[in-house]
Amino acid sequence: MALTLQEVEHIADLARLALTDEEKERFREQLSAVLAHAARLEELDTAAISPTATVLPLRNVLRADQPGSPAPREDMLANAPAADKGCFRVPAVWSTTPGTEG
Amino acid sequence: MTVDLWDLSIHQARRLLEAGEVSAVELTDALLERILAVDNDVKAYLTLTPETALAQARAADESPPSPNTPLRGIPLAVKDVICTEGVPTTCGSRILEHFAPPYDATAVARLKAAGAILLGKTNNDEFAMGSSTENSAFFPTHNPWDLSRVPGGSSGGSAAAVSAGECLGALGSDTGGSVRQPAAFCGVVGLKPTYGLVSRYGLVAFASSLDQIGVLAKDVADAALLLTVIAGHDPLDATSLNTPLPDYTTALLHSDVRGVRVGVPQEYFIPGMQSEVEAAVRAALAQLEALGATLVPLSLPHTDYALPVYYLIAPAEASANLARYDGVRYGLRVPGPTLEETYKATRGQGFGAEVKRRIMLGTYALSAGYYDAYYLKAQKVRTLIRQDFDRAFEQVDVVVAPTSPTTAFRIGERVDDPLQMYLSDIFTLSVNLAGICGISLPCGFDPAGLPIGLQVIGPTLGEPIVMRVAHVYEQATSWHRRRPPLGNDRSQESKCG
Repeated sequence: MALTLQEVEHIADLARLALTDEEKERFREQLSAVLAHAARLEELDTAAISPTATVLPLRNVLRADQPGSPAPREDMLANAPAADKGCFRVPAVWSTTPGTEG
Repeated sequence: MTVDLWDLSIHQARRLLEAGEVSAVELTDALLERILAVDNDVKAYLTLTPETALAQARAADESPPSPNTPLRGIPLAVKDVICTEGVPTTCGSRILEHFAPPYDATAVARLKAAGAILLGKTNNDEFAMGSSTENSAFFPTHNPWDLSRVPGGSSGGSAAAVSAGECLGALGSDTGGSVRQPAAFCGVVGLKPTYGLVSRYGLVAFASSLDQIGVLAKDVADAALLLTVIAGHDPLDATSLNTPLPDYTTALLHSDVRGVRVGVPQEYFIPGMQSEVEAAVRAALAQLEALGATLVPLSLPHTDYALPVYYLIAPAEASANLARYDGVRYGLRVPGPTLEETYKATRGQGFGAEVKRRIMLGTYALSAGYYDAYYLKAQKVRTLIRQDFDRAFEQVDVVVAPTSPTTAFRIGERVDDPLQMYLSDIFTLSVNLAGICGISLPCGFDPAGLPIGLQVIGPTLGEPIVMRVAHVYEQATSWHRRRPPLGNDRSQESKCG
């Protein structure tokens, strides 16, 4: 299972990761090797086996719908790279002129 | 008494504290001096908190002993993937280099409520992804038994700190062996509890269906004491088990293993494993038999598939969990021309090679067209691995095996070969996939003087029997009393690394 450079670039795009050309090539080789190892699972017939997503017998853990005391806003913003007027500040999501903030 | 205070176990230190023979401040000072003397070589800590540690120690000295504070005055360390209020929690990553959490993890809050003192945060592979602590973005930690070797990982800083006498015990986290394998490499005890036994609230998520906070300690009694404090239901973690729990220290009152059925899985003794590791584990099995246990040869036939299953499921979950590091609410932000370019630049610069590799692998395994072939297939084989253990525990009380196929390897030896690195976890991964519990404890040394780990595996909530077997073996041997060749005489030497 050898990945192509285009596949590596597609995965990096899905994962929102900027990779250098060197990283792309290295990951192409290393991920291909790991996937080749993973192909061993095909030896097993699992047609009648249910998947395990969690080992717990729990389902739908609910709590009482009561208001609590949320953490202070300033504490939540203390680690923000940029904050403004009590909000997280980010580059414009919709903008006709890319490159301008806010 | 001429014992070094930093060299005490937790239960020894408790007795001295309770008798008033030692104060918490004296004990904490002794640990801080020890860290000063050896941590230039070992590099177990990312962050030290000496002022708050001494303040906590003074408070401990002013409060009377109480059953509610079983760790009163005990100095501990916490792996840096576990949140500590106001104290940097970097996860060993540049992307969280300046992050200080606004709250304590539940396990940390319980340690503090029990009177424990926090010395600092220990090094780990970035986001707990690795088996050697070389994937820390800051520096590698060195094995106290041989500074040219890795301490294991990902909780390598915690294991090395316990081994080197830089704390009396520590928290780690175990997603595929990250408590047990470094415990084996550093010659200490490492316990991975049953999934759901210890709250994951405040444990920075790597692979949520596998992650579990565990403890590293100098002996089994200390591990039992720490587990008793941190275990138990937490409404802040929806996967936390709500079930009555024992005091794990009482499990150790059984002083024998007569009649205990010990499973010996043939798949855990394989060609290519280090011969001294196999010999030490076989000798330990013979000793358990001599102590009254019954050895039962058995098969866990899907063991060989645990590695590919783990390296699809864990990266898939990681790729989802690590999506939160986008440079918006906390952590590093590398500005780009658009929001999307900001995400990409932030993550491209903020994550190290192994984290990117796993995000890529996980994203691929979850992507359209590959989900069934990789992720779903892995989840189905995970079921087969669980069923292997279900069947085994119908016949036996515990399963005993090596913790890792080799002793500690050299720093740099495996960094460029991910598959080779992943192989050091082949004997620990299955326990996480099955959600059961396991402990590693010292069972010998190889000719190079490196510790060998014995793994005792139990069923869901089987901690009492696992700790009883481990404790009886430990008390019949002296491996856990050996200390690495570090000392104040070394502090004069130039720094390595």
